Amino acid sequence: MSLRLKALTKSIWVYHLSTGSCNNCDIEIIDMLTPRFDAERFGITLVGSVRHADAILVTGSLNLKAVPRIKQVYAQAAKPCVIIAIGTCSCGQGIFKNGPNCPNPVDSVLPVDIYIPGCPPKPEAMIAGIVKLIEKLNGKK
Amino acid sequence: MKRETIIQNIKIRSGKDLLDFQDKSKNRVYFTINKTILLQIAKYLFNDANARFSTASGVDTRKAIEILYHFAVDDIGLFISLRVTLEKPNLEIDSLLGLFKCAEWIEMEMHEMLGVNFKGHGNMKHLLLKDDWPKGNYPLRRDL
Amino acid sequence: MSRKIIPIGPYHPLQDEPEFFKLHVDGETVVDIDIELGYNHRLIEKISESKNFDQVAFMVERICGICSTSHPFAYVNAIDDLLGVKPPERALYIRTAIAELERIHSHLLWLGLAGHFLGYNTVWMWAWRYREPVLDIFERVTGNRQNYGMMKPGGVRRDMFEEDFPWIKKTLKDLIPKLDMFKGAIMDDPVIRMRTEGVGVLTKEDARDYGLVGPTARASGVNIDIRRDDPYAAYDKVEWQVCTHEGGDVFSKAVVRILELYQSINIVIQCLDKMPKGPIDSGIKDIPPGEGIGRHEAPRGEVVHYIMADGGNSPARHKIRAPSFMNVASNKKAVIGETISDATIILAAVDPCYCCTERMAVVDYKTGKKMMDGQDLIKLSQEKTEKIKNKLGR
Repeated sequence: MSLRLKALTKSIWVYHLSTGSCNNCDIEIIDMLTPRFDAERFGITLVGSVRHADAILVTGSLNLKAVPRIKQVYAQAAKPCVIIAIGTCSCGQGIFKNGPNCPNPVDSVLPVDIYIPGCPPKPEAMIAGIVKLIEKLNGKK
Repeated sequence: MKRETIIQNIKIRSGKDLLDFQDKSKNRVYFTINKTILLQIAKYLFNDANARFSTASGVDTRKAIEILYHFAVDDIGLFISLRVTLEKPNLEIDSLLGLFKCAEWIEMEMHEMLGVNFKGHGNMKHLLLKDDWPKGNYPLRRDL
Repeated sequence: MSRKIIPIGPYHPLQDEPEFFKLHVDGETVVDIDIELGYNHRLIEKISESKNFDQVAFMVERICGICSTSHPFAYVNAIDDLLGVKPPERALYIRTAIAELERIHSHLLWLGLAGHFLGYNTVWMWAWRYREPVLDIFERVTGNRQNYGMMKPGGVRRDMFEEDFPWIKKTLKDLIPKLDMFKGAIMDDPVIRMRTEGVGVLTKEDARDYGLVGPTARASGVNIDIRRDDPYAAYDKVEWQVCTHEGGDVFSKAVVRILELYQSINIVIQCLDKMPKGPIDSGIKDIPPGEGIGRHEAPRGEVVHYIMADGGNSPARHKIRAPSFMNVASNKKAVIGETISDATIILAAVDPCYCCTERMAVVDYKTGKKMMDGQDLIKLSQEKTEKIKNKLGR
């Protein structure tokens, strides 16, 4: 595995990107930082710029207006960058599947590496998912 | 102002332009009026009856577009809905932006969703839909 | 590895794009603001026409995550209005309790964000930490921390159990000393008062002009509250007070929300004490043709749902008007003439569904060039607090 990817598994810097969500998942992501769940002890930290990110946490059902912005953000991310789809909406559009303003799922635009479903997924579920991802990356030789 | 006073005043001011009145319940009344007197009744409600403009809802009934303007008279809890019918294809009505600023966004939304033109608004661009949404494609219309 | 919390929060400044809030500045002063919406628009009103009445209740919950039960509440009120029936007593009390618990968690969330914007990250961590017990109550009662699925046309979907009540009441009563601490910390801190008093003022006239609702309106002295003005559920069966404040500034908005927290705890405890035994569902089968308007005082203000039914299984028309639709527009008045370091807290003061505050950008008025993004604005706000603290020798 590349050196970059190996370094990533020590301390994963995540960037949060909403493609048009109801914010429940977004709030639970922030909740991960609060003292009860304290994602920092796993090395998970939120960063403010996608250029510093090792992973992108994507929420939302991909609103049409947001599509060009999402593509641009991903283009700016330093590769390798893993994409984590958080919440039922980003996993497969969920309840908005038949909406005319959200015709495509997130993985039609971004290469998703791991799906964490839930509406919203509990912070424990998100941490478990990210830890699984780290283990998977470590397992890749 | 008392409930009955407000209702009477609207009826008097509408005159022959009042097409229907529905006293549904203590806090819900519906007036069907001609679009020509909308501005006048809205002015009465906002200035004299101290009502608050709550929102407006448009619906495509296939034959026409019906807009409901909802006003709340908070001190008595009364919710007044003014129903105005716009016959297709003449989907034009006076904007209420001159009366209160909170008409701005809701009229833009009704324009992009139903294709209604609000005379005097001056800024009928997309509020919610993306800018290159297909022209003439109004999502809440039923003639799609 | 560093234990430093990077206070990014719920934002993702998408670069080089038209932002949600574009502030035009001349020097340090904001001279104009562009507000661009639509990034979260999912055309739920259209989708609603293809779901049956039961499914609509689930879908409208996901309009906004923070006030997730407010939309279903207004929706079921609209159905009740259409049918002209009242759900069973027990259901009314349960609906009230759930809605007030949501108000508590929502206001605490806002307190945390406001603290973060002002540079008081401890306030942020503590507000969100004391929010957790409320989410635990939700999990025990409804099965989920957010998106509760409690509201149902004709009643509620799940019952509450008397054996849980002592624990719920204790959890809420334990919250009161924490609220006292917040109240003291915020209202007695001269730095916070300097940052928030006289900032982002909206007058009573502005409130009428922009159709303001909720704490945003009550902070300008406008005494409106749907729970009292157009009573529904159990609000006219419990003792509580509408909280207003006269300043119209950010400080007033914070005060109103803190006072409402105390009222909400009081309402929930009363609901649990007075809850009658009985059915929780009136068993609605069909919705006949008709119209219904449902309103609810959400944490952010009045939510209005209008339903038109034509005898089928789905709404013929479902109009949804969230409170932020009225309140966010008032930013045009509130932020113009203020400094950019105050912009973040002013925009946040109306408590929009927070993802609205995130996409901010500052554009130079003369050149039109983008100068800063949301991140920079928050940092600016936090730095201003630091400067004031230093000046006051704290």
